Amino acid sequence: MNAQGNVQANIQANAQGSAQGSAQGQILVERVNHTYRPARGRAVLALSDITLEVRPREFLALLGPSGCGKSTLLYLIGGFQPIEAGRIVVEGKPVTGPGPDRGIVFQHFALFPWKTVRANILYGLERQGMPRAEREQRAQAFIDMVGLRGFEDSYPSHLSGGMKQRTAIARTLAFDPDILLMDEPFGALDAQTRSLMQTELLNIWKRTPKTVIFVTHDVQEAVYLAERVAVMSARPGRIKAIVETKFANRDPGIFRSKEFVEKVDEIWNLVRDEAIKAQERTQERA
Amino acid sequence: MQAVVQTAVRYLPIALLALAWEVVARLNIVDTLALPPLDKVAVAWVDLIRDGELLDNGVASIYRGFAGLLLAVIVGGGLGVVMARSRLFDMFVNPLVELFYPLPKSALIPVTVLWLGFGDGSKILLIFLGCMIPVTIGAYNGARGADHALVWSARSMGAGRLRLIWDVVMPSALPELLNGVRTALALAFILLVSSELIVSQRGFGYLIGYLGSSGAYEGMYAVVLTVAFLGFAADRFYQSVMQWLLRWRE
Repeated sequence: MNAQGNVQANIQANAQGSAQGSAQGQILVERVNHTYRPARGRAVLALSDITLEVRPREFLALLGPSGCGKSTLLYLIGGFQPIEAGRIVVEGKPVTGPGPDRGIVFQHFALFPWKTVRANILYGLERQGMPRAEREQRAQAFIDMVGLRGFEDSYPSHLSGGMKQRTAIARTLAFDPDILLMDEPFGALDAQTRSLMQTELLNIWKRTPKTVIFVTHDVQEAVYLAERVAVMSARPGRIKAIVETKFANRDPGIFRSKEFVEKVDEIWNLVRDEAIKAQERTQERA
Repeated sequence: MQAVVQTAVRYLPIALLALAWEVVARLNIVDTLALPPLDKVAVAWVDLIRDGELLDNGVASIYRGFAGLLLAVIVGGGLGVVMARSRLFDMFVNPLVELFYPLPKSALIPVTVLWLGFGDGSKILLIFLGCMIPVTIGAYNGARGADHALVWSARSMGAGRLRLIWDVVMPSALPELLNGVRTALALAFILLVSSELIVSQRGFGYLIGYLGSSGAYEGMYAVVLTVAFLGFAADRFYQSVMQWLLRWRE
């Protein structure tokens, strides 16, 4: 069997595994508040009364102006920061800390710089206690999937931004979390790479159905990728609206279609006021 | 071939200095007792090798320096990392480190002798205490600078607290820790020779003092140059080890 076939087999096996249990990949956020306490200066309410349901295998975008707390919400779901008020339930269990059911991809990749591409992807599998032969095979399958064959033994410092993010995505997909948390993952890439990565991510998501929460401040990106877009208000972050953004197909040509342009306009209208508020606040501070 | 030429050009100033030394000494511009000609120093060096004195004292010094430095790297590295990870521990230890930092470590020579006598123990303790400071500070700063996104990534992949320190915090601290060790390496030579010079019956420092006070200035210079060369070689070797350990950086 060739490497591509291997990936397919792996992915189908995962999909079948995920089908069991109705709460698989489901996230409930209930009345969550979060206060940001800087080392110096006043405490600020960052998130106010957030309630949100993310359905199993849904692709949801969290959209909002900078500083609205969308990344903070993602970190709370990831279990990286303590939940102060309210609760978050993932697959029927309240979140108390990070876990391999929720993989995360960061804007600045967060690859272990002292590990090669292969060793980075192997790390999660090692921590999961997968037998050596199996994890080597699986790592190679995901290296091939993101098109990094030939760069297995390179260190991240020798890769382009796009290749780093491919590695980070492969590393997270390899240990097969039900949920993928993505924190502005394409924000540090140039426009062309970004566009290619968006299409690639959609293809991966179609083949490996996972729940995805995708944080971004780019309206087009949100509308193109997500099935639903949750628009957040400027600080304190609230869920201002949730907009359905399902389209029959998602060819890159969709960017010029009427329905896509209208959807972007609709959401941009919701975001604009918040972006202006956020900007005014920055200027006040400066 | 090109590499050989490059190396030759690089060390040309040293060759010129040696030449100037020889000329100055030969022409009696300075007293030959104060500055014996290099060829006589070389002869004295061969004599010291032949009767085993240089080797015997050298082994003692290298053992002390290595043991003290190794202890400092292990204890100091651990201390720095734990300080960076535990606020309580940091609260207790940090003031001690700050207090100890500006103290000239050579002031502790009589103290360590009082505690451990004239032998190896007092030298190892002195080097350990002196070298621990830069290593601790390097490890502390490095570990505190560990990127939280890396820590979070590792935790989400299933790393527990201890694994996290070993897999993420230690490697993150490595560049600064290794710089601290380089400072410590130079410090080890200083403390070693000065403590042996003052209170010892063996070692490079002792030999320099002994030859100097008995008027064997050629021999004294031979030992001084040997120590200088060893310090240089140790630093060069350490730098290449460091480069290899940090080969993952740009």
